[in-house]
Amino acid sequence: MHIEIPNSAFIGNIEGFLRNIFYDTNESLNITSNPKWMSLHPVVTCMISAIGLEFIDNQKKIFFEPVTAKSRNYLSAIGLFKILNVDPGFQIAEHEATGRYIPLTRIKNANQLKDFINEIVPLLHTTPEQADPIKYIISELVRNVLEHSRSKVGAVACAQYFKKTNRISIGVADRGIGIYSAMAKHHNVKSDLEAINLALKPGITGTTNKVGGTEYNAGAGLFFTKSIAYVSKDYFMLYSGDSLYKQLKPKVTPQLDLGVEVFTDRATKKEKLPKWQGTAVGIDISMDINQDFSVLLEFIRKAYTIRLKKTKGIKNKKPKFI
Amino acid sequence: MTTIYLLGRTGDFAENKDLAREIRIKEIIPNLNKGEEVILDFSGINSATQSFIHALISDIIRKKGVKVLDKILFKNCNKKVQTIISIVVDYVQDSLLETN
Repeated sequence: MHIEIPNSAFIGNIEGFLRNIFYDTNESLNITSNPKWMSLHPVVTCMISAIGLEFIDNQKKIFFEPVTAKSRNYLSAIGLFKILNVDPGFQIAEHEATGRYIPLTRIKNANQLKDFINEIVPLLHTTPEQADPIKYIISELVRNVLEHSRSKVGAVACAQYFKKTNRISIGVADRGIGIYSAMAKHHNVKSDLEAINLALKPGITGTTNKVGGTEYNAGAGLFFTKSIAYVSKDYFMLYSGDSLYKQLKPKVTPQLDLGVEVFTDRATKKEKLPKWQGTAVGIDISMDINQDFSVLLEFIRKAYTIRLKKTKGIKNKKPKFI
Repeated sequence: MTTIYLLGRTGDFAENKDLAREIRIKEIIPNLNKGEEVILDFSGINSATQSFIHALISDIIRKKGVKVLDKILFKNCNKKVQTIISIVVDYVQDSLLETN
């Protein structure tokens, strides 16, 4: 197997990287990189790590061609060499993770997830309020992996704060059964893309064919996640099997007080890409948004209610807050 | 009336669904079955996931009906937690309507 790390791979141009993963042999993993420079979204390093951990678990070799790009310290800071247990082949200029990165982390259970979430505020130097949507997204995405994916490597997650654009980018990847297999147990889906579309709908889960889910799964996590990206006017991508769903930035700033009518998906959907065994999710969260998380959640509440085709004329009972 | 304090078990970010299910099965439901009111005290909790709240209360509403909401009181919830509880309570009722 061979992965070529390109000079640039973000959600907007991720397809180039996806086509740079060559599944020619499973005997060893060869990783090469652009010789001049690299600028990568965390989902890219998560995907590389997830594949690498599979090779490590199967006691197969990883060859990481010496990295010459000036930005090679980035790969060190995000923890790629460490998680793959390879010699970077150059003297690492030590970076403190504080303030910029949450390094690549393998998460296999709820306790590891809790520890990872607890690191968010100190490592990214966010305010607790800024950390709310980040914690939310990571919890929902990683729990999806732990509960549904059957990924032997677990979930690989990392995040990075980009000072120039004042945004936090998050990646989560696994090497499990993928969304199609997870959804096909209870839903009639014919392709990876159809399964992805279904998984993104509120109230649909792979654990039952009933809208609204089971006692344990509501089928709302991915909808919340992509909605958070939408409101912050940033990208969200989901790649599983041969299909990629990419939610684009809304053309106009979402007006939260206008309700849900502005919440129309702008997304590109592609099939027949190189098949990814498992699921990879990338998301960008702008730190510029003025709305606090409670306002954002209120927006999602309205969108969710409409999308579940609320029955007209019947008022729901309200919870009692004291 | 029984009060269940969540902070000491969930931390200030309530996201552990397994814990939510355990609280539901071992504490909320037995007290409701005794005819008692249950107060879920969220004081000190800054945020919760929809998945946590879903695992905590959705099955109770489904099995006991919406009237059970008169017996479950949500105390000291900030705006974020209130919104998430409202979302879950709403969609569970919607799904009940669809089922019926």
